Parts: sequence; C-alpha cells; structure tokens
Amino acid sequence: MSAPLLSIRGVKTFYGNIMALAGVDLEVREGEIVTLIGANGAGKSTLMMTICGTPPPREGQIIFDGRDITRLATHEIIRSRIAQAPEGRRIFPRMTVFENLQLGAAVTEFVHFDEDLERVFTMFPILAKRREQRGGTLSGGEQQMLSIGRALMSRPRLLLLDEPSLGLAPLLVQQIFGAIRNLNEREGLTIFLVEQNAHHALKLAHRGYVLVNGLITLQGTGRELLERPEVREAYLDGGRVPRD
Amino acid sequence: MTNGAESARAGTKLDVAGALKDAGLAALVAFGLFSLILGLRTEQSQISQQLALIPRPFLLAAAVAIVFAGRFAVALWFRRGVDIDPGALVPAGLAAKLDRLGHYAAPALLAFALATPFLFYSNRYILDLGILVLTYVMLGWGLNVVVGLAGLLDLGYVAFYAVGAYSYALIAQHFGLSFWICLPLAGIFAAFWGVLLGFPVLRLRGDYLAIVTLAFGEIIRLVIINWQSLTGGPNGISGIPRPSFFGIPFSDDEHGFAAAFGLEFTPTHRVVFLFYVILALALLTNFVTLRLRRLPIGRAWEALREDEIACRSLGINTTHTKLTAFAIGALIGGIAGSFFATRQGFISPESFVFMESALVLAIVVLGGMGSQLGVAIAALVMIGGFELFRGFEQFRMLVFGLVMVAIMVWRPRGLVAHRSPSVHLVERKIIPAAIVEEARR
Repeated sequence: MSAPLLSIRGVKTFYGNIMALAGVDLEVREGEIVTLIGANGAGKSTLMMTICGTPPPREGQIIFDGRDITRLATHEIIRSRIAQAPEGRRIFPRMTVFENLQLGAAVTEFVHFDEDLERVFTMFPILAKRREQRGGTLSGGEQQMLSIGRALMSRPRLLLLDEPSLGLAPLLVQQIFGAIRNLNEREGLTIFLVEQNAHHALKLAHRGYVLVNGLITLQGTGRELLERPEVREAYLDGGRVPRD
Repeated sequence: MTNGAESARAGTKLDVAGALKDAGLAALVAFGLFSLILGLRTEQSQISQQLALIPRPFLLAAAVAIVFAGRFAVALWFRRGVDIDPGALVPAGLAAKLDRLGHYAAPALLAFALATPFLFYSNRYILDLGILVLTYVMLGWGLNVVVGLAGLLDLGYVAFYAVGAYSYALIAQHFGLSFWICLPLAGIFAAFWGVLLGFPVLRLRGDYLAIVTLAFGEIIRLVIINWQSLTGGPNGISGIPRPSFFGIPFSDDEHGFAAAFGLEFTPTHRVVFLFYVILALALLTNFVTLRLRRLPIGRAWEALREDEIACRSLGINTTHTKLTAFAIGALIGGIAGSFFATRQGFISPESFVFMESALVLAIVVLGGMGSQLGVAIAALVMIGGFELFRGFEQFRMLVFGLVMVAIMVWRPRGLVAHRSPSVHLVERKIIPAAIVEEARR
C-alpha cells in the first residue's frame, strides 16, 4: 500500500505542564474519510490544532504527503494544502459571506477563485443567496456550511473538520454529513473528521479511531467500531441500537 | 416611538412610593458624593496662615434637593427609571435619515475643507484650527488602521507621532534637507519603530497589548526627555525649518513666495499652504487606507480583528499581518508628526503625552472603528468642540465627557457604525450595526 497522506507518529502535546496528547499514532490515507471520536476533553480538538501547529507537538512527528510538517509555522502548514474548518465554526461575523470565502482562498493567490466559488455555491446553494450578507447574521447551519466552504476555497488535499455537527438540529446534521460524503465520493477529497456524534461519524467514515485521555484506545473500520461493545457503551447511548 | 412609550406608561400605574424610595436612594448617594466636594470648603486664614474648613450646608442641601427632585421626576416618568430603551430615544425615522445623510456627508465635508481657506481667508484662528483638526483626522485615520482595521488596541500611538516629529526636526536641522525629503524619511523612521514595537507584542492581545503599547508611548517620551544631547530634553527643539513652496520660502523679500507670484506679502500664505499640505496628506492617507482595505493585506487585517484563530487556520501569516498594520499605522503617525513639527517650528516632550494618544483613540472609537468618515467627523467634533468650549475653562472636560457618554449610549458602535463590505457583487446593502449585533447574540 502506498504511503498514507497524513501520518501522525507518537505525538505528545502539552498545555504548560499538562499533557493533552500522550503519544498518538494515526494515519489518514488518500481518498479516505477518517473519524476521531472521544469524550469531551479527550484531546480531539487538541490533535486537530496540533496538526496545524498551534500548539506544535512537544514530541513525535507529523508527516503530510511525505514531508515532515511537525515544526512548520501554521501558515506554512496550511500552504501545504491542509484546510481546516475549526471548532465552533469561527467565521468572520462582520464580513460578508463572499468576503469570508475570499479569505479562504488567501493561500491560493486567487488563481482559480471563480471556479472554486462556483463549486462551493453549487454544494451549498444557500450561501449563493446569502453572499452579500454578513456572516454573523447567518443561522448556525449556514455558518457551518460557510466554514466548510471557506476551507474548501483553498483547494485542500486534506480537509480537517472539527465537530461540524456541534449545536445543529438533526436535519441540518444530516445535510452537513451528506455534503461531506459527497465531497469524498464525488471529488475524492480526503477528510479527517473529529466528532462527538459517534454514531453519525462512524457510519460515514471508512475508518475510525477512539481517543481516550490523550491516547488512541481503539481503531478499526467505521462498521467494526460501531459494533464494538465498549464503543456502544461509552459513546452510543448505553448499548441500545440507535435508530436513524 | 410614541406608541411604545405610551403603552409602557399606560401599563403601569404611577408608582409614587417606589419613585420616592428611588429618589431617596439617589439623594443619599448625592449626599455622600457632595458632602466633601460641595459641603466643605477650605480656606487659608489670612491671619494665622492656617487652613480653615468652612461648612456650606445650604449649597449641599440644594444639590441634594435637586438630585432628589430630578430622580423623583425621572422615576415617575419612566416607571423605575432604569429600563429606558436608548434606541427609542432616537426615532427610527431620524436614524434612517442620518444614514441617508451619510451618503452626502463625505463629499460635503471634502468640499467644505477645500473651500475653508477661501471662506476664512482673513480669519487666521479658523485656519489654524482647521490645520489642527486635519492633523487629528490624519492621526485618527492612521490609528484606525491599527485599531479599527486590525483590531490591535494601541494606547501609545503618540510615540510614532513623536518619532516622526523629532526625526523631521533633527534631520532638517542637522542635514539641511528640505521638508519634502524629510517627510517620507520621518515616516519611514516611525514605521521602523512601529515594527520594533510590533515584535515583542506579537503574542499579546486585548488588555495586555494595550498595557504594553501604553508603556511604549511613555518610554519614547522619557527617552526624549532624558537624551538631552540629541533631543534637547525638556527644552525641546526650536527653530525647525519651515516648509517652502517647492523651494520658494514664504518670506518677505524678493526671493519669497509673495514676490515670485507678484502678490503682496502676508503671513497667511504660509498658513493656507500648510492647510492644503495637511489636507493633501490626510486625503492621501485616506486613499491609501481605502485601497489597502481591498487588497489581501487589508482583508487579512480585518480578518485578524474578527478572529485570530480562524485567520491562522486559513493560512494567513498573522505575524506579517500584525507587523504591517503597526508599520502602516506608525508611518502615517510619523508623517503627521513631521507635519506637526514643521508647522509649530518648535517641539518638546510636552506635546507627546498620553493625553494625545487617548484623544486620538477617542476619535477612532467615537467615530466608529474602521469607518473613515466617522473618524473625520469625530475629529472635527472633538477638536472643534474642544476649542468651542474653551470659554467654559475647567467645565470643558465635563462637557467633553457628557458628549462621549451620549454618543456611547445612542450609538454604541460609534457615529458611523456600519462596516461597508469591501466588495459588492450585485447591489450595496447596508446592514445596520444593531442587526449585526442582534445576530451575534
């Protein structure tokens, strides 16, 4: 098998003296959706931020596309075509939808801006309607779409999504997850998804990892993990089979 | 508006007991506050040279009574007197009219500025005031880049103003270079100091950044005071060369401006020239800022103000972004400073105290952060108002404070509060700040 697109080896990240990641090993191969699930405070978002270099890991290595990006500055990491839709969406509230998307394309020098804009608007038609509207006036779901759309504007090879379902109504969660699946199936985009909504995430993902207190405790395909009693126990409502 | 107020009044009966209690509390507070301020007066006795305390019970009673009566009326009128909706105090129609008026305000102001030297040719005082206002407009626009666009709270902006002024004074005196060469040099010097300040504060945000910049402003001032051999210390630098009309001095001889153009000599020529110079510099500042806002760097500044983490996650180099904001802001401040030096002909550390930073910051905040027009109006109101109320002497600050409170109550995001998008695709839609604020909640 060819080398993975992203490989994380023995990464330890600290906040001051507190170890948030205690040696994480993880791989994302080209064309996959990989999900990372775990409880609050397990270190999911920390791992996401560590990949982007804020904060950088104290130990371990992060290899992207055969290149060691462990010690690069954040903007250089993003320039190597990793895009992130950060936790809590973090769109620019006083700027319009269009301006938000423009900023997403900041690293591409606007070479294929119109094309990318068209692609985002086709994926999320509501954004086209709202493009002169300020980000802060969008609904939660629209803001999430804008956050993902903004990340896509840089034409990433790897898309990092941090809890895209956070605070959204079930119907919107389905819509967002449908869009993620489309991105992967139609365009072959590699996606690394951090989620608390384990059921949805594992159903969507090819493979998954379970993070507990800064360590990977389980890994396997999405289906496998869904069947595992310990996953069901901890993350899927006490072992009952959830219905869609 | 009237409907709302009426229904609010109809909904509640006149609550006399509550109003009395409220007024009593207010009177108590007033008593506490005024008992020392108004109730006692110190006087040096002529005979014994000792301080004597003279009680003034009637004055105190009068003040407390006024507060009591006023509070009672307010409490009766608006139920408990606390839940006044500030938005309702400005009728919606008026706000809309103001917004429409804003459309014409910029060209009107510009036309007025251009015509000022003709309108007030014989009034030296107005011309000098105009120059002062324009200097502050330029400083406000400069600080607006740092505070309004990039969102970096800078309390030591006067440092760059000082660096610009001293650079100009020293270069012009020691090397005899002309105003037009010194001007950019002083600006570049100030920009260099802006970057120098930028480096240590890269990791700071909000309050911490404000404290460090405040300290920086003081450091520059203290260095100027103490480095006597270079800056003349507290005595300042005098005899700074005056600007010439592209090489022709404004003097009363056959080589002067008046003689060259066949005019009768009057000192007003120089003042008018200075007025147009600062007007041109300010307009250039405005033009450059507006252009920068449309470029990726300007967009990055605004993104930085909105959300630094999101900025980084989009691959924007926040280090560069912050440093350029500091450098551009400092450059503008430095140029304004060197203009100040050439206009005054004399500079001393007295002119570069913290009060100046605070004043410029107040102009930016009151004008509406990021709004060019708002800053210009605020500078006109603040500096012009300052002069207007000169007759009130120490009450001037009181009026000044009242105006600031009033603006913050009625227009909490500044006079011109909406941020117009830097790109428009189809049509221009201005969304009032109130709605944006609503949506953010």
